[in-house]
Amino acid sequence: MPSNKSVSDAPITQFVNCRILKDHQLQREDLWVREGKILNPEKLFFDEEGSADAQVDCHDSIIAPGFIDVQINGEAEPCSGTLHSVIPLFTLIANPSGPHFKDCSDEILCIVLWGGSESIRNWGVSLQQPDVGGFGGDRRPTSLALVGESPAENPPGAIVQRLNSPGSPLRGHSVANLSQAEEAVREGATFITHLFNAMLPFHHRDPGIVGLLTSDRVPTGRTVFYGMIADGIHTNPAALRIAHRAHPAGLVLVTDAITAMGLPPGRHTLGQQVIEIEGLNAYVAGTKTLSGSIATMDMCVRHFLQASGCTVEAALEAASLHPAQLLGISQQKGTLDYGADADFVLLDDSLDVKATYIAGEQVWEK
Amino acid sequence: MLVFNLKSYDCLQFLRAAVPVLQDCGAAETKNQTSDFFAALHKMKLIILDDYDQASEWAAKYIRNRILQFNAGPDRYFTMGLPTGSTPLGCYKKLIEYYRSGELSFKYVKTFNMDEYVGLPRDHPESYHSFMWNNFFKHIDIQAENAHILNGNAPDLQTECDAFEDKIKAAGGIELFVGGIGPDGHIAFNEPGSSLVSRTRVKTLALDTILANARFFDGDLSKVPTMALTVGVGTVMDAREVMILITGAHKAFALYKAIEEGVNHMWTVSAFQQHPQTVFVCDEDATLELRVKTVKYFKGMMHVHNKLVEPLSDATRKKSNGAQPTEKAYSD
Repeated sequence: MPSNKSVSDAPITQFVNCRILKDHQLQREDLWVREGKILNPEKLFFDEEGSADAQVDCHDSIIAPGFIDVQINGEAEPCSGTLHSVIPLFTLIANPSGPHFKDCSDEILCIVLWGGSESIRNWGVSLQQPDVGGFGGDRRPTSLALVGESPAENPPGAIVQRLNSPGSPLRGHSVANLSQAEEAVREGATFITHLFNAMLPFHHRDPGIVGLLTSDRVPTGRTVFYGMIADGIHTNPAALRIAHRAHPAGLVLVTDAITAMGLPPGRHTLGQQVIEIEGLNAYVAGTKTLSGSIATMDMCVRHFLQASGCTVEAALEAASLHPAQLLGISQQKGTLDYGADADFVLLDDSLDVKATYIAGEQVWEK
Repeated sequence: MLVFNLKSYDCLQFLRAAVPVLQDCGAAETKNQTSDFFAALHKMKLIILDDYDQASEWAAKYIRNRILQFNAGPDRYFTMGLPTGSTPLGCYKKLIEYYRSGELSFKYVKTFNMDEYVGLPRDHPESYHSFMWNNFFKHIDIQAENAHILNGNAPDLQTECDAFEDKIKAAGGIELFVGGIGPDGHIAFNEPGSSLVSRTRVKTLALDTILANARFFDGDLSKVPTMALTVGVGTVMDAREVMILITGAHKAFALYKAIEEGVNHMWTVSAFQQHPQTVFVCDEDATLELRVKTVKYFKGMMHVHNKLVEPLSDATRKKSNGAQPTEKAYSD
C-alpha cells in the first residue's frame, strides 16, 4: 500500500457503493474522507499518489449532508436516536429552563432565544459570558439572537436583535405587513420563522410576511429563507405546496420540536406542563390544543417529499444545504463538496436514516 | 452497373479457398490455441462491427482477455498505452463493468497515456488528467503510482517527455497500446507531417485541432491550448501490440488512408502497416471509404477473430492474479 505522502498521514476512508448528493444531484460517486473533511480523490490520486486505507460498503445508500435543524426546542434524551439524523449545531431554544442541548454538542454556534421577557433577555446575554449557562469555554455560542415571543413584541425593525456576529438575523412571530417585512429584509432579516404559523394569514391585498416569498423588493442576490414545519400537522400539505412552488430555494425544513420528541405515546409531565402524545400529535393534556411538534427531521423530509412531489434532492437539500446557506456556513456544512466537514447521513431509498456520521466518524447506526 | 451478390456461404467458401491460412486457423481453434496462433500471424487485423457500441464492447473484451491471459502479478505488470477522446469512452465503460463484476482487476496494470495539453491546469475539466480520472481511473482499482500521464505543466517539457520514455522502458515496454485517430489520420497528437519515427515530445497543435477544440473552451480560441506533449509514432510502434479504435463516418477517409494506401507521414496512423501486430476495431460507418473487397475479406474473418474475445476458460487464466472468478463470470 503506497503511503499518502506529503500532505497527511491520517487514514483515508472511502465510502463506496453509494449515491451522493452533490451539485444538487444524486450522483453515483464514492465519498472520500480524511481528517474529518471531505477529500478530493482526484487530487489524492494525481498529487499524492494516495489511496484509501479503508473502504465502507454503503449498500447502495444515499449519502446526504447531515441535517441541520434551525428550530428545535428540545428532545427527550439529548442527542439520542431521535435526533440521530441531525448534526447538533444550530439550536433555537424556546425555553431556557430546559437547555437540553448543553450536553450534546461540542460546537453550538448559534442560539436564538425566544421570549420577550427581561429575564430571558438577561439569560441570553449571560450566555455569552464564559462558563455560564452550560456553554463554557469553546462551547460558547459564537452567535446569539433574541426574538420576541408575541407578535406584538416584534414591530418591524425591532424584531431582530443581533447580539453577536456572524450569525444571521432571524425574524418571525410578527403581525408585520408586506412592506414592513420587505423593509426588515432590506435591514438584514433573512429568515421567516415557521411560515404561516404565528403571523397574519395571506390576504390578497396585503399578503403579509407570506408575500415575501414572491416579493420583487428583495435586494438582488439575497435569498429570503423560511422555515416549514413539515410534520403534516402544523402545516396543511396544500400550504406546503404553495410555499414550495412559490419559492423552492428558500425552503428550510424545521421540526420546531419540543422536549417531548422521542417520548412514547401517553401522558408526560414536561416542566410545569402535562402533555399527551398521540401518534405524531402532542396535545396539552385533556385538550386538542397542539403543544408543539414532536416530529424528527427525517420524518419531516419524508413528509415534505411526499406532500410536495419534489425531487429527493430537493427534499434533502431543504434539510441540509438551505439551513446552511441561511446560517452562512455552506462552505463547511450542508454540502458534500471537497473540503467541507464530513457530516453526513446514509439513507435508504425511502429516506429512512441508516447511519449518521459527524466529522467522518459514525455516531449513530440503525 | 450490375453487382452480383454471392450468397454469404459461397463467399465464405471462396475465402476459405483463397486464404489457406484460414484452414489452419480452424485447426488451431480446436486446440484452443487461437491466441498463440494469432500472435504468430503477424498480420493486421481489421475488426468490423455493426455500430459504436459493439465496436467498444469488442475492444474491451479483447483488452480484458489480453490482461487476463498475461497472468499479471506483483512482479509482472501488464503495461498499456491509453487514449482519450470520445471514441474510447464506450470501451472504458465496458472495462469498468468487467472490473465491477469481478472479472478483471487493474491492480497489476501500468498505464501510459498518449498525450496531455501544455499549460492547462491539471484539474481543468478538459485536461486529459481529468478525463482519465472521471472516465476510467476513479472507477477501477488501478494504483495511482501505476497511472502515468504526461505533465503539461512541467518546468522543462522536453525533460518531462524524456522521463516518460524512460518510464516506459523501465516498465518493460508497452504490451498493448490502445489508440484512437483523428479525421486527419493523426495518432495521439502526431498530426500530419509528423515523423514516423518520432518519440515523446512537445508538439504545436494544428490549426484544425485548435478550432475543433474551441467548443470545449467556451468557444474562446484564446483559451484553447496550442501545444501538447505527445508520445511519438515511434513510441507507439515500439509497443508489442497496437489496437486502434476508429468509429464514425467522419473517420472513414482516415481508415481508408490507414489501411488501403501506402505508409505516409501525412496520415500518421498508416505507419502501423509496418507494425507486426495491429488490430483496427471499427464500426460500419468507418468503413464507408473502403473497397467492398476489403470489407468483405475482413468480415469473412470475423468468425475467427471473434474467438479472441470469447470468455476465457478457467484453464487459460488459472494463474491470473487479477480477477477473482465469479459465479457467472461473463455477462454475455
